[in-house]
Amino acid sequence: MSEPLLKVRNLDVSVYDKKGKPFKIVDGISFDVQPGEVIALIGESGSGKTTISLGCMGYTRPGCHITNGTVDLGGTQVLDQSLPKLQELRGKDITYVAQSAAASFNGAMTIDAQVTEIPVITGAMSREDALAKAARLYNDLELPDPDNIGKRYPHQVSGGQLQRLMAAMAMISGPRLLILDEPTTALDVTTQIEVLASFKKLIKDNDTAAIYVTHDLSLVAQVADHILVLKDGQMVEYGTTDQIISDPQHDYTKALMAAAHLMPDEIHAPPITTTEETPLLQVKNVTAGYGAKQEIIALRDIDLTIHAGETVGVIGESGSGKTTLGRLISGLMGAKNGSVHLNGQQLAQSVGQRSRDELRQIQFAFQMADVALNPRQKLNKILSRPMMFYRGLSQSEATKEVARLLERVDLPTEFAWRFPPELSGGQRQRVNLARALAAEPKLIICDEITSALDTIVAQQILDLLEDLQDELGLSYMFITHDIATVSKISEQIAVMRHGRIVAQGSVDQVLTPPCHDYTQLLLNSVPEMRTDWLDEAVVERRKLVAALDGN
Amino acid sequence: MSLWEIVRHRLVLGVGTLLFVSVLVFVGTEILPGDVAHAILGQNATPELLDQVRERLGLNEPLHVRYFVWLTNFVSGDFGASLANGADIGTEVGRRASNTLLLALSTAVIAVPLAIALGLAAAVKPGGLVDRAITSTSLMLISFPDFLVAVVLVTIFAIKLRWLPAIASIRPSYDVFDWIRVLILPVTALTFTILAHMVRMTRSAVLNVLSSPAIEMAILKGVPRRRLLLRHALPNALGPIVNVVALNLAYLISGVVVIETLFNFPGLGRYMVEAVTNRDVPIVQTCAMIFCSFYVLLNMTADILSIMANPRVRYKK
Repeated sequence: MSEPLLKVRNLDVSVYDKKGKPFKIVDGISFDVQPGEVIALIGESGSGKTTISLGCMGYTRPGCHITNGTVDLGGTQVLDQSLPKLQELRGKDITYVAQSAAASFNGAMTIDAQVTEIPVITGAMSREDALAKAARLYNDLELPDPDNIGKRYPHQVSGGQLQRLMAAMAMISGPRLLILDEPTTALDVTTQIEVLASFKKLIKDNDTAAIYVTHDLSLVAQVADHILVLKDGQMVEYGTTDQIISDPQHDYTKALMAAAHLMPDEIHAPPITTTEETPLLQVKNVTAGYGAKQEIIALRDIDLTIHAGETVGVIGESGSGKTTLGRLISGLMGAKNGSVHLNGQQLAQSVGQRSRDELRQIQFAFQMADVALNPRQKLNKILSRPMMFYRGLSQSEATKEVARLLERVDLPTEFAWRFPPELSGGQRQRVNLARALAAEPKLIICDEITSALDTIVAQQILDLLEDLQDELGLSYMFITHDIATVSKISEQIAVMRHGRIVAQGSVDQVLTPPCHDYTQLLLNSVPEMRTDWLDEAVVERRKLVAALDGN
Repeated sequence: MSLWEIVRHRLVLGVGTLLFVSVLVFVGTEILPGDVAHAILGQNATPELLDQVRERLGLNEPLHVRYFVWLTNFVSGDFGASLANGADIGTEVGRRASNTLLLALSTAVIAVPLAIALGLAAAVKPGGLVDRAITSTSLMLISFPDFLVAVVLVTIFAIKLRWLPAIASIRPSYDVFDWIRVLILPVTALTFTILAHMVRMTRSAVLNVLSSPAIEMAILKGVPRRRLLLRHALPNALGPIVNVVALNLAYLISGVVVIETLFNFPGLGRYMVEAVTNRDVPIVQTCAMIFCSFYVLLNMTADILSIMANPRVRYKK
């Protein structure tokens, strides 16, 4: 085997606590990257995968310190370089593609100015050469209008395009090592595979070595040669991609495999319930929009029915109107046409006009538990307030109820006296659910509540939702972009696109072929755990997109 | 909304604010004890004379009628005559305003670039020696009232060292160098008072931008430190900086009363103070309106500039 391009040895990265005691967040990591090879760092949040990849560039986030180890890039000791030397190395030899291109591009400069910035200011290329090379890269990445797209500002192109433009920025200097940090996580599922495919092609055509950081095993199976599995800053398993996905050794790797976002082998057919009783919730022929006169239409002709004890999955990509529908049902916004009925009674449009009991029956659980919970209030206060407000309990009665509620969502009762920031992401999402439960609702609108969580934790939250439904007979409206998750927990499903419901019915009806082109596109975008999936999926995707656009 | 619509919207709001302020100024001066007739007649006020004067000045008209007459005159540039000496207010305001503007502009030309440079220097390494020196000094300067700074400056440079004049009165014979000599102390005192706000706002706005993912990306793609600050961080921090600069410039026009009085500088601020002592209501009204107009105008400009600094608004999707 030839000499490796990158040699990382015994890398330690530490943070210091208030007493100045170091705590290792990356612990003794060693690995090699061969020229032209893609190595994947995989693990959940907090596993140190991003910290390691940044460490390879000699960079640490504020508060972190590299306390031990060496990084050797083709004979250069990266960690020993002075800052100006490092800045030269970073622009030329190692480049970086960040998770959120939307946040990582400078909004005040044109795309071309940012893509060509480094080669131009270092004198490596003339401005004209750099622009020409950028246009070639845009073309290779299959961006629309490659000669002119760079003249725009970042906000004028879509998220998927930005992510590819960022790859162009990383490739323009012809780096020896490319670091991709969750480069498709922020994208819609159907966009993700296009972007992934262009990254794969780019790496292969330029014979660049790459470190691919992600939490998604099925994605990594498409691009990586080797996989390094991380947990709590330590390496738990290392091997070739085939070996890891076909024969994982470590229990943690197996757990990651089990929780991966895969379509279940068989879509369960829910029992047909032919109830004559009034449905819990009915949305009838609703059209709604934003703006002073609701002139920007976000929902068109929506009909949706939720029966008691049932889970209805609402699925769609960003901008499809699924969150707007949730907001409309809960009374956070009004409709232009149509009506919402609870137990057969028509509901007033806005929260302010609904009775307290109507409000109590529909509760909302938000996506970001860390933002939705007041960080300065103890859980006891957060959870007892809806009990006192909706159910008229006294503070002491509510405090007793809080203990029971915490047990119900599998949290220790002494958490009542903690603040939200002291909890982990998964625990906070449990509190978020508990707050909705505190009102003793009939329907909980769950808006992407598992999207920000690691796969294993997300699975636990889904299990909790099912347990609660069995015990309490709750109904859920489960809003998500993840068709694999929704197919596992819903009885009914509604597929939304551009503000309309394009397909609706029981899970097996909607998801079993032949289905609507858009449903098929979503299904087709869920990665499969085999290395040849991507190429087939891209071909299939183009056919479906063409069919959809043709309509 | 397009840029033009936003600008038009701001203009309408600005005019609305001014109208509201004009009502406040008019009503405010109306409810002062004693009316203009009293002020004119002074010791000679007998009920008959008062009635005559009121009739002549139209003071018996209802409040809203007098307001509209006053406003129409004001807008058309007729500020009326001084009650004290009958001189035309417009002429005097013109002379005084140009003096105040000169003082304000000289201060702005020095203070604004200095503040941005110091703010940037402090933001380079937060918590470092330079940062601590700059932030603690600026905090100290904020805490000192402007008259104290001025008095200290006068004591040192005019009285002890005798380098500069303690009084900034203007003579027609002055050439450029005399002007500079006269302006040094008031400009320095004003610079000290307005510098601190702008330094601190620049620092915090730049620091805020520096902690964003876009800057981390710029570091990781190898942008050198200097360029990082000037090309990547500063343009994104312009919005808040422009706003605090505008507030301070507005202060320079309207808030210089103390400094003008202290240095006996014949500007608008001192004109107003003199008018207040003489109960010369038309002058007070005029000066108040001019100050308010500057406030509204500068803040509106800042709003529009900071909106324009954002390419999201300049270039639509």
